[in-house]
Amino acid sequence: MQTSLPFTIKRIFRRNEPYVFLVLLALCVLIEIRSGQFFSPNNLVDISSALVVPGLFAIGAFLVLLSGGIDVSFPALASLSAYATTKLLLVMDYQGGILIPILIALLIGAVLGAFNGLFISILNLPALIVTLGSSSVFKGVMQGALNSKQLTVIPIGMQEFGKSSLFTATNSISGLTSRMPTSFIAFILVAVAVFFMLRFTMFGRGIYGIGGSEVSAIRAGFRVKRTKFMLYVMVGMIASLAGVIRTCMMQQCHPTNMLGMEMNIIAGVVLGGTLITGGRGTLFGCVLGTLLIVIVENSLILIGVPTSFKSVFTGALIILGTSVSAYQMMRSSHSQREKLLSRREVVNEN
Amino acid sequence: MVESLLKTVDIYKSFAGVQALKGVSFSLKPGEIHCLAGENGSGKSTLIKVISGVYAPTSGHIEFSGRTYNKITPIEAINNGIQVIYQDFSVFPNLSVMENLALNSELADNKRFVNWKRMRKIAEESLSKINFSIDLDLDVGSLTVAEKQMIAISRALMFNTRLIIMDEPTTALTKREVQQLFKIILKLKDQGIAILFVSHKLNEVFEISENFTILRNGEKVAEGETSSLNTDQFSYHMTGREFEAKHFIPAEISKKPIFEAKDISLSGKLEDISFSLFKGEILGITGLLDSGRSELALSMFGMNKIDSGTFELNGKVVKIDSPQAAIENKIGYVPEDRLTEGLFLSQSIADNIIISVIDKFTGKAGILDNEKREKEIKLWVEELSIATPDPNNECQTLSGGNQQRIALAKWLACNLDILILNGPTVGVDIGSKHDIHEILQNLANKGLGVIIISDDLPEILENCSRVLVMKSGKIVSDLDAKTSDEQAILSYMM
Repeated sequence: MQTSLPFTIKRIFRRNEPYVFLVLLALCVLIEIRSGQFFSPNNLVDISSALVVPGLFAIGAFLVLLSGGIDVSFPALASLSAYATTKLLLVMDYQGGILIPILIALLIGAVLGAFNGLFISILNLPALIVTLGSSSVFKGVMQGALNSKQLTVIPIGMQEFGKSSLFTATNSISGLTSRMPTSFIAFILVAVAVFFMLRFTMFGRGIYGIGGSEVSAIRAGFRVKRTKFMLYVMVGMIASLAGVIRTCMMQQCHPTNMLGMEMNIIAGVVLGGTLITGGRGTLFGCVLGTLLIVIVENSLILIGVPTSFKSVFTGALIILGTSVSAYQMMRSSHSQREKLLSRREVVNEN
Repeated sequence: MVESLLKTVDIYKSFAGVQALKGVSFSLKPGEIHCLAGENGSGKSTLIKVISGVYAPTSGHIEFSGRTYNKITPIEAINNGIQVIYQDFSVFPNLSVMENLALNSELADNKRFVNWKRMRKIAEESLSKINFSIDLDLDVGSLTVAEKQMIAISRALMFNTRLIIMDEPTTALTKREVQQLFKIILKLKDQGIAILFVSHKLNEVFEISENFTILRNGEKVAEGETSSLNTDQFSYHMTGREFEAKHFIPAEISKKPIFEAKDISLSGKLEDISFSLFKGEILGITGLLDSGRSELALSMFGMNKIDSGTFELNGKVVKIDSPQAAIENKIGYVPEDRLTEGLFLSQSIADNIIISVIDKFTGKAGILDNEKREKEIKLWVEELSIATPDPNNECQTLSGGNQQRIALAKWLACNLDILILNGPTVGVDIGSKHDIHEILQNLANKGLGVIIISDDLPEILENCSRVLVMKSGKIVSDLDAKTSDEQAILSYMM
């Protein structure tokens, strides 16, 4: 009865994603008009390339938010794991390909994620406090125990992976070229895997369920502790992958380079319609929100906004975006409510 | 004789030395509608949790269709066909109706992957069990309480269910919704499914159940057939106290109204509402949930700005456009949901009582005069017999009945002329309910104009001298409570 096209459209527009998409489009068009450079092939490739690391982080942050938790430790986790991996391989004088570095990083990420998961899921402590704490611990281990310094040389396999590209795009006017990094595939793979996990596995539905109501999830028979623990392990692995990719793309390991990214990443995810209290949000929205932040951070210079003003714009965008989603939320619950009431009146009259 | 489906034998349960259940035995036959009654803290919830496997009993055992369990796990309970519908229905507000219906059985089948087609089939099948229809793609969070309950019931029927335990199922339902629920319960009974109905509402217990068990302080104090029980006995067993239902007769009613509403309209909600309130009377306003009864209350208290019409106080037109204006005009309002609307639960009992009159206790420099404050607090704690060892305790440490008394005290401290109460005893147990009624009747006799808004008809009939019945935003009838009865009021409401 309610599958007609107008109804479907109305339902879609009740969500946050179309608005983020429209803002994104408007921003792109604005930049294009002002600079004529936005839709040039090399700029698009540049943006895709800039999306890889924030995008991976965002997917992790998104999963945690969805489950009703929050993780602010992922930059520290990624830094520690990338640094430890690089250092270990340098000490071993590793000459092989990219596979071993990634596997080592994933392993370290899993262990660090399990550290978060242990406290959050098994001991049931608040996620914000635990990850604030673990963030310090990870940083401390990296700077203290591992005595971190900038590593200007990284193993050859990582160097090559960082330099490798899928294709090269050229700007016909300026002649500038940009490479699409191979690591973009990693981002796509993770995104696709997470999409399928959320949509087609009970584990994924469990994440939504726990975010909606943890008590209900326990009563329904979800293994809530296990699901949450696995989730933090998984998120640790995704963040570590992002850390290694970042190191490869930079061609050097800078231990503090990623620290402080957490707020913008989480803001992007929330901007994309993920509810900060958990249970609601889509991967598509998460990627859109992140893309918006990435574009603002990378392309404002194209319309002549000095980089020093970047954070002002990012901040404004976050406030604007979250208010729109809050307003949307209010209106949608209101209109659904009205609809119900009117339906009930009909029933009452019968 | 039919073999019993469930039997608990001499169940004891203690938590850290506190005895929650003391030797409770009861039994239930297939297809029986059994009411488990008791006030808050009587051990009802603990007993349910023992039966459903959430708690292990300290001693005693449970028998399911003849099999004895000293301790049962939740999974064993489900496999034995026991389903609990909790007060919050255990739904996922963020997921669709379809998922809410299907996830539990998918999990029980140990499914690892989601098959949306199969989920839809399961959902349709479960809804068809109670002939309920609803759009499967709606978010459960947007449904009404009654609809969520139907979802919870349909879901519970997917497990070869033989016993459904419903924990206070009617708390948030309107009269009509309760009737629909009862129809479904009877239908389930026909299918041989037993219902354990947990409630403290008298009329419902009498209407639906065949047998009853009453708990008080963890002990079984009475059991038997409902038909052999009368209201007074029921209240006595529940509370251990005897009550006499006093029909309220106003001591003295003023000649002139103290408050008049003239042609009040609020677009889409209220239409040409006119009535008067006399000093010393208790005026009842009743109607279905969407009849506009709450909107009217909020308008009188300045929370909803009215579109047209006037309010008159002692014959003078007053403008009530904010709660502050209402308080200045000595009108107080005890909201429907005292928990979210009326009290600061994490603040002290004392501060909650004096919050609306806090200005009265300040000296010249705006500094609180503690002595005066303490005196006022002491007065109300005693006057309303609020059960607390220390008024500086947090408000949330009190039971629902006592919280309601604080909500009352807060307003009485304002020295009001008119007090509006919306659902004054919703979720309150019999003993406290009785006390609250007594307080209200005393207040009216002291010359306060009281308005009670409620759909609890026995409450209205017992306490009000006059009843206004609302329907679709209009007052459809003005009845004398003495000569009226529930049937008459209901016929106007529907």
